[in-house]
Amino acid sequence: MSILVDRDTKVIVQGFTGKEGTFHAEQCLNYGTLIVGGVTPNKGGQTHLGKPVFNTVKEAIAATNATVSMIFVPPAFVGDAVMEAADAGIELAVIITEGAPVKDMQSAKAYAVKHNMKTIGPNCPGIITAEECKIGIMPGMVFKKGNVGLISKSGTLTYEGANQVCNEGFGISTAVGIGGDPIIGLSYKQLLAMFEEDPQTKAIVMIGEIGGDLEIQAAKYIKENITKPVVAFIAGQTAPKGKRMGHAGAIISGGAGTAKEKMDALKEAGAEVVVSPADIGKAIAKILGS
Amino acid sequence: MNIHEYQAKQIFAKYNVPTPRGIVANTPDQAAANAAELGGSVWVVKAQIHAGGRGLGGGVKLAHSIEEVRQLASEILGMNLVTHQTGPQGRRVHKVYIEEGADIKDEFYLGVVLDRAKEMPVIMASTEGGMEIEKVAQETPDKIIKVAVDPTIGFQGFHGRELVYGLGITDPAQQKKFINFASKVYTVYMDNDAELIEINPLIKTGSGDFLALDGKMSFDDSALGRHPEIEDMRDISEEDPDEREASQYGLSYVSLDGEIGCMVNGAGLAMGTMDTINYMGGTPANFLDVGGKANAQTVAKGFEIILKNSNVKAIFVNIFGGIVRCDRIANGILEATTMVDVHVPVIVRLDGTNANEASEILANAKIKNVIVANDLADGAAKAVAAAKGE
Repeated sequence: MSILVDRDTKVIVQGFTGKEGTFHAEQCLNYGTLIVGGVTPNKGGQTHLGKPVFNTVKEAIAATNATVSMIFVPPAFVGDAVMEAADAGIELAVIITEGAPVKDMQSAKAYAVKHNMKTIGPNCPGIITAEECKIGIMPGMVFKKGNVGLISKSGTLTYEGANQVCNEGFGISTAVGIGGDPIIGLSYKQLLAMFEEDPQTKAIVMIGEIGGDLEIQAAKYIKENITKPVVAFIAGQTAPKGKRMGHAGAIISGGAGTAKEKMDALKEAGAEVVVSPADIGKAIAKILGS
Repeated sequence: MNIHEYQAKQIFAKYNVPTPRGIVANTPDQAAANAAELGGSVWVVKAQIHAGGRGLGGGVKLAHSIEEVRQLASEILGMNLVTHQTGPQGRRVHKVYIEEGADIKDEFYLGVVLDRAKEMPVIMASTEGGMEIEKVAQETPDKIIKVAVDPTIGFQGFHGRELVYGLGITDPAQQKKFINFASKVYTVYMDNDAELIEINPLIKTGSGDFLALDGKMSFDDSALGRHPEIEDMRDISEEDPDEREASQYGLSYVSLDGEIGCMVNGAGLAMGTMDTINYMGGTPANFLDVGGKANAQTVAKGFEIILKNSNVKAIFVNIFGGIVRCDRIANGILEATTMVDVHVPVIVRLDGTNANEASEILANAKIKNVIVANDLADGAAKAVAAAKGE
C-alpha cells in the first residue's frame, strides 16, 4: 500500500516532447513508472520515448486510460494545462513547472476542485511511491521502500529527509513535495489524512517553512485526527522578516508565518519537532526503533 | 517587484481611480517647476522610495510656496530615509513627487492582497487610515473589514455593501462613490497581476470625494512577462545590488548579518542549513540558493557574491545532488576555486547520487582551505568551528 500512486498508475506527460519533459519522463520510465503517453499540441501521432504523443489530454485518456498527468509545460501555459487535464477527467495532476503566475493558479485550482481533480504543486519535485512509481524530478535512488510517509514544501529537504530516514535503516512509503508557492494543490492536511489511512505508513515526516499558515492548519488537524507519530521540521527559523527566501510563498509578512509560531503549534499538537533538519532521521529512528 | 508611489498612481489614473494631481522630480528646480505647473497654494513634497512609513521618517513635507517646495525638495533629495520598513540603514532618496495639497476630511485604509488560505484576493478596508496597518491588525483586528472576492465571479454589489456597512458609511451617495472606488482598485489588482495594493490613506475630501492620497503596489514576479509596461517601471537603484547580481545568474540571494557564508541547492535546504548553523552556535551570513544546476560557473559566482561580505569567516557549501550527480558538482567546486580567490575555509558537504566519488575527488585534490564533511550536521559543525578559528 501507499498513497495516491503505485506501480499500476497510468501516467501521461503534458509538455512531453520539451527538453525538461523529455529528460524527466525518461528518468521516470527508467524508475518503472507506467508512463503510457504524452501530450504536445500539433505533435499528435508521433512516438516519443517509445510512447504515443497526443494533441489533447482527452485523446490521450481515450487511448490510454491514464488517470494521472505530470505537467512540464512552460510557466505561462500551466493554468491552461491544469484546466485541460481537469476538463478531460484526469484524477491527479502533478505540476512540476516553476514560475506559474499566481492569478493563473487561482483559477486553475478552483477549476480543478470543481472537477474533483487533485493537484500537487506547482513548483514542486512531485510524488514518489518508493520502488514503484516516481512522478516528478526527485532522485529515485534516495527513496528506499519502507513505512515512513513524507510531506514537504521543499524539494531538496524532501531528499535530505528521505535520505536520513533510509540511512537509519528505515524507508519511505510515499513522499510528496507539495511546493512552496502561495497557491498549491494538495496540502499537509489532506495528505496527513491519506497517510493516517494507509496501512503501510507507520510514521509521518512533515517538512514546512516560513510563510502562510498551512502548517498551523496541519497542526490543528494532527491534534484532532492523526494517531500516527509525526516528526516535523520548519525551515526558516533564522530568516529575516519581509524577505522572500527563494520560494514565492516563503516570506514572513506583517510578522505572521514565522517558523516559531508553526513549531509551537506542531509541538502543541504532539508532533516531535526537530530544530535542525539534520535530526529528522534520528527522530524517526527513536520513534520506530522501539 | 515593487514600484514607487508616483508609478502606482500612474496605473491608478489609467483605471480612473481618483488621485490628487502630481508630477515626479529628480532635482529641486524640477520640483519647483512642477509645483508652478500644478498651481494652487499648498503642495506636498514626497520622497519616493520602496518603503512605507515615509511621513514619520521625515520624507513627506507640506509646502506653502514654490520656494518652500524647492527648499524641501533639496532637503529630501539625497537624504537617507529611515522608516520602520527600510531597516536601520535606510534608503537613499533619488526622486520626489510633488503633489497638490488635498482637503482631508476623513482617512481610510484600502488594500488588496492574496488570501492564501481562501486562495483568492481579499479587499481590506479600515477607518483607521494613515496608521500602520500591521499595528491596527494586531491591536484592533475588528477595525479591519475583510472581503474576499472569488475571481470567477469578480467584484459584485454585495462585496461593496459589505465594505461600506463595515466602514460605517451610511449616506447612499457616499456609499456609491466608495463602492465604485473599491471596485476599480480590485480591477487594477487583477488586470496587472498585482501581489499587493495598499492605499493608506484613502481620503474623503471636504466635498465628499474619495481620493488615493498614497499608493503602494507590488507585482507577482512570475507574471511580469505579460506586463512589459510594468517591468519598465523597475527602479534598480531600489534593489540590493548583490541580490540583483545573483538573480541575473539564476541564484537567489539574501544577505544576513552573520559570519558563515552558505551556498546550498534548493530554498528549503538553504533555510534549513542556516537554521542548523544557528542551532550549532554559529551565525549565517546569507541565504543563497544555487538552484538545480550547480556547476562551476554558478558556484564561482556564488563564492564571489558571498565573499563581498567582509564578515564572512567560513563558507559552507551544502549540496544534495539528485539529478545532478555529486561527482560533477565536486569538479565544479574545484574549478570554481581556481576562478575565484577563496581566502576563507570552505566546508563542502555533498550527498546524494555518487556522493562517495565526489568526496574522493575533493580529498584527492588537496586544495588548501577545502574541508570535506560527511553530512549536514557534520558540515555545519565544521563550518561553525572554522568560523571561530578552530
